[in-house]
Amino acid sequence: MLEELEIYARKLAAAGLCEPGAPVLGFLDDRLAFNRETPENAVLAGVFGRMGINSLLWLPLGEPYATIVDFLAGRSGGAILPRDCETRTFLHDLPVVDSFDAATLAEALSRRKSVIVRGRGVLAHGAVSPEQAFVSASSVCFACFVKFFSDYLALKREGRSDPAYEAAFHTAKSLLAPPRTVAPELAEGPFETREQALAAMDAAGKATVGLGLVDSFFGNISCNLDGVLLISQTGSSLDELPDCVDPCPLDGSSCAGLTASSELTAHQAIVALTGAGVILHGHPRFAVILSMDCDAAGCPDSARCHVDCSRPRFLGERGILAEIPVVPGEVGTGPRGLVNTLPPAMLGRRGAVVLGHGLFATGRTGFREAFDTLLTVENACREEYFRRVESFGG
Amino acid sequence: MNGWTGKILRVDLTRGTTSVETPGPELLRQWIGGRGLAGHYLDPFIHLPWDHPDMPLCLFAGPLTGTVAPSAGRACLASRSPLTGGFFDAQAGGRLGAQLKKAGFDGVVLTGRADKPVGLKIVDGGCALEDASGLTGLNRSRLLTALRWDGAVAATGPAAEHGARMASVWVDGRHGFQRGGLGLGWAAKNLKYVAVKGTGRVAVADPAGLKAAREDILRLTAASPYLSGGHGLSRFGSCALYDLMDARSMMPTRNFRASRFAPAPQCNAVQLARRFESAPHGCRGCHIRCGRVAADGRTLPDLDALSHFTALLDVADLDFAVQANALCLELGLDPVSTASTLACEAELNGAGPDPARFLAAIGDLGSGGRPDLAQGAAALASSLGHPESAMTVKGLELPAQDPRGAYGLALASAVSPRGGCHLGALPMSHEVLRKPVATDRFSFLGKARIIALAENAGAVGDSLVICRNLFYAASLEEYGHAFEAVTGLGGAAELFARAGERIRYRECLMNARLGFNATDDDLPERLFVAPGAVGTEPGVRPIPREAFLEARGRYYAVRGLDAQGLPTLEKARELDLLESYRRFKPEGPAGVAEGGEGGHA
Ligand code: SF4
Repeated sequence: MLEELEIYARKLAAAGLCEPGAPVLGFLDDRLAFNRETPENAVLAGVFGRMGINSLLWLPLGEPYATIVDFLAGRSGGAILPRDCETRTFLHDLPVVDSFDAATLAEALSRRKSVIVRGRGVLAHGAVSPEQAFVSASSVCFACFVKFFSDYLALKREGRSDPAYEAAFHTAKSLLAPPRTVAPELAEGPFETREQALAAMDAAGKATVGLGLVDSFFGNISCNLDGVLLISQTGSSLDELPDCVDPCPLDGSSCAGLTASSELTAHQAIVALTGAGVILHGHPRFAVILSMDCDAAGCPDSARCHVDCSRPRFLGERGILAEIPVVPGEVGTGPRGLVNTLPPAMLGRRGAVVLGHGLFATGRTGFREAFDTLLTVENACREEYFRRVESFGG
Repeated sequence: MNGWTGKILRVDLTRGTTSVETPGPELLRQWIGGRGLAGHYLDPFIHLPWDHPDMPLCLFAGPLTGTVAPSAGRACLASRSPLTGGFFDAQAGGRLGAQLKKAGFDGVVLTGRADKPVGLKIVDGGCALEDASGLTGLNRSRLLTALRWDGAVAATGPAAEHGARMASVWVDGRHGFQRGGLGLGWAAKNLKYVAVKGTGRVAVADPAGLKAAREDILRLTAASPYLSGGHGLSRFGSCALYDLMDARSMMPTRNFRASRFAPAPQCNAVQLARRFESAPHGCRGCHIRCGRVAADGRTLPDLDALSHFTALLDVADLDFAVQANALCLELGLDPVSTASTLACEAELNGAGPDPARFLAAIGDLGSGGRPDLAQGAAALASSLGHPESAMTVKGLELPAQDPRGAYGLALASAVSPRGGCHLGALPMSHEVLRKPVATDRFSFLGKARIIALAENAGAVGDSLVICRNLFYAASLEEYGHAFEAVTGLGGAAELFARAGERIRYRECLMNARLGFNATDDDLPERLFVAPGAVGTEPGVRPIPREAFLEARGRYYAVRGLDAQGLPTLEKARELDLLESYRRFKPEGPAGVAEGGEGGHA
């Protein structure tokens, strides 16, 4: 188990959420074990003693997350309300505490899957596996990143002045990693065999994670091979796809896709409607942020844009951004689910963004095209984001 | 009072009297409802034979029942099981739970034995016992017609009247307390039916808070591939899992002599839906609607019934599966135990798969014609000199998920207080369905604590009387918010954490008092010596015995049981369960009697 804990510690550092070696992971079966000895372990052991859990992750944040999370936590009034869809669905809100003591932390964690300790980091728990804590903590980072930049753009759009926010923004901006622009070589397709298709999916998944185009390593990917949709399983990491792909016959003759991604139905509909050969879905941050930027002042749906927005919109007015529509839709297949809104928006286009959620990109035969869309759109969104901020006064 | 009605109906069938008990708010808060409250009423009497007049039958709703909390409209029935001899609780859908609350009661506790068949009618705070002699022998459809009741109704069928230990209690035509033979417990009391109708409202402290909690839960269920996905429960009912069980080589086949059924693709949920033009139906207050009804009106089998009436019996015939399931429901038989007993008998008699013979045997169970089968697989196999052929745990036949294919499932099935059942810990969620995250199904690593924690959470869910399916997507985090909004009480997380462990540990105490120990917390030997699937991908090997025993030992340590799987004074004291401990060990060490109920270790 110690080795497994270290794997998560390395993944967090590789994603830039913390310094290498910083995370502390604890796991309790009949005995408690930590991945390393730290001064925090005694408090964490106290949290274990108070809760019905088996895993804890203590994540001291690296930059720019430390700046971002601390700024939001300082203004949270006890809980940060995320703006992106996935975090709203799975974490609801992000509690904030000031004190790193077992009783305070356990109390907060008894109500939510994670807690932000102001000025120190993020603590998350699991009752099944350390992976739960890993997913929750990385989702907190993603949610705060999106909210921080998104709220800042809204502030500027409204012409309001907030010196503290401006200072934090410029600090965070200066600490952002430079954009990645070089796409790896990916297989063009068409694929003759399942092995070829799986290898191509694996390579595309690893590239998506490697270039930071997905949060918590999730997202999903599929490939239509002779009427069988090969699709990543629900909760699978795109950089660990071998053994995590479900073959789902498109003729509907089997329910074996029960463990497939929650977006299986959307993928099937996109394939049926557009004839796409492959689909790649990631959560590129600036694409998500830009999808939530809207100039419709006083819109009656502004509190529920992610499900109720009825305005035909695109990510931008120029270049590739003008080709990518933004549609509302909740995760999954509910009546307001993206399964209803996304597929029609993909018709005749290389991709579409689900508002506050992520980008879906297609390719005719292979992943090169879809990945290229993902990367190009994200970089264009990043550029456009800072251009818009500048245009409103910086 | 919000959430609870604060009233429990007591019915003495011997005297024909009824009374209303008003448990204080602290008792309700402590034990919540459903399984927890039922355990409270059963604990003092659990040592009695299951058919003793003083053995209570406890029918309970929960504090969320009858509100808009999702999938909270179910009811719990608990007593001592005629099949396992232990504490047993079962859940049923339909309208029973919600109607009971609306009629003004949190639960009904029935004791005594009527001198002739009776029915209990409960309407808006009042109740009456009625002569049901004219209803004996009626199957489900005819009884429903004869009753002409437009509220909720629970009743037993002819199988219970003829002594079948796998007799169920059906509810509202299509639902039921299926497992554990609780129908026979009703028959032992000469109780034929309970009919309930209520028009009241369940008081909710914070309707806006409940609405917010409900929306959180609905968003999670919509995002769940298992519940709401294109291949999920909402679309295909629980049989959606059939293909996956086969794909994972976890489909018990030929009485667990294999775990892969070659004709599975012809018997799956898609074929079932096409052939029988099924339409969805569901429990009161549930948006998932996982039940399926054929165009001809028959209730279609759920996953366990479909799998056992096909793979377990080695019959690749959907018509047979549907007919056998419908017959079980008409006669008031648990399809899982019935099919498993038939599979056991077929194995021991060397008989091949013979649908007509199987159907005849099921029919005979409804008329007392097969006393050998009526005792269940364990008794049958023992009587034929081959106890190892009964695929049971604590006398309860295993459902349609082969423990060789998932080791948390194996552990959960072994230690479950109900017997061969893993629903109390939902290991399928992470070992197969990858929620909330995937775990290695062929490893015991970490499973001891995972199972213990999940059992505690399950005990709370069963006490709130929430459908277990919802816990594949939501958790007590979200239902805690619903609970706080409904009852107006704070601190749900803390309350649940303590209540879950106490409810589960009290069941350990009750079963220990009845003589259960580590010997009973075990799986059929076949699962440790014979592979499930060889030469296929994935292969399923025998469960490694040593690793299983080690994991069970770790589970006992986490649960606070000794090496024999028996409760300890120390843990009972920590959980304020000394009164229950005294019942288990009246002659226990000095200090138990004086320890009081408030002492923490
Ligand atoms: S999921 Fe199915 S069993 Fe559960 S409450 Fe809903 S309809 Fe009933």
